[in-house]
Amino acid sequence: MAPTTFDDATLWVVILAAGVVTYALRLSFIALFGRLDDVPESVERALRFVPAAVLSALVVPQLVVADGAVSLSPTNPRLLAGALAAAVAWRTENILATLVVGMGAMLLLSAALG
Amino acid sequence: MSSPRSDFLSGVRVAAPITLGVFPFGMIAGVAAVGVGIPAVQTLAMSVVIFAGASQLAAIELIGRNAPAAVVVLTVLVINLRHVMYSASLAPHFRRQSARWKGLLAYLLVDQVYALSILEFENDEETSRRWYYLGVATPLWLTWQTATVVGIIFGARTPEGWHLEFAVPLVFLAVLVPAVTDRATAAAALVGGAVAVVAAGLPYNLGLIVAAVVGIGAGLAVERATGVSTDGAAGEAE
Repeated sequence: MAPTTFDDATLWVVILAAGVVTYALRLSFIALFGRLDDVPESVERALRFVPAAVLSALVVPQLVVADGAVSLSPTNPRLLAGALAAAVAWRTENILATLVVGMGAMLLLSAALG
Repeated sequence: MSSPRSDFLSGVRVAAPITLGVFPFGMIAGVAAVGVGIPAVQTLAMSVVIFAGASQLAAIELIGRNAPAAVVVLTVLVINLRHVMYSASLAPHFRRQSARWKGLLAYLLVDQVYALSILEFENDEETSRRWYYLGVATPLWLTWQTATVVGIIFGARTPEGWHLEFAVPLVFLAVLVPAVTDRATAAAALVGGAVAVVAAGLPYNLGLIVAAVVGIGAGLAVERATGVSTDGAAGEAE
């Protein structure tokens, strides 16, 4: 991948802004609504789906898109290694085990599929 | 009986095994950032200032693709929205802390700290909220920063062909799979993933945000249609 064209100043602005936003989310109820025991029901229900929707949106394109096109063929090493890693994640719920198996499969498959 | 010291140490004991899983995650954050050309100082600054793994990795990827700065920040916002839920859940336990302590405790509020602390707080009235929470958070914070530094050093020295960049989706996968607990969360994941593929060509790299919003909508729709919820919240909502 070509190095980013973000310059130092832009990077600092992005890091600080992302940090402030994240901190504000964490501080929100602790600081302002400490007297309420509860988030609005509708908000809580929507937030429940954030991890699944966002993480999947991050993962799936990286597994199924190869050279700019969707590739669901068995010659796509990312797809196979990803499927294997997903199975390990499901059985173990362990980040390290998922990483080791997924990376190992990726190395072997990309060597084999050359 | 509990004392600040013993409460802090029991937090540390509970967090210790979790640091083993956090370390590779933090290392990947360092490796990935160096891989897209982010300087070492800014990479470490991300871990200190943002201190939220999944959102850091997403930001690194978008920076690598030269997405607009506003889209990078917006993406971090969407991924970290769940912290509002943690904040609300812990708020009653921190009600009596001073503003300064609340400020510090909020900074340290990440997934693992939330999960371990709320478990203890709900089981034991006597435990010092502040010290137990700090006991859990301190080793995790130190591990995250150390792992980032190790990743920066390691990432600068690994040859191409090791496919280290593939570790990023693998980490997301490892966090995603346990998050799918029922039909509604599965729908959110399936739709979010599919829309992300279709929307990959959207301008300003907005595909991820569109996919997240549509995925959340799909989860809510399925929850409403099936009327089932893991915690029974849906039943009493309306």
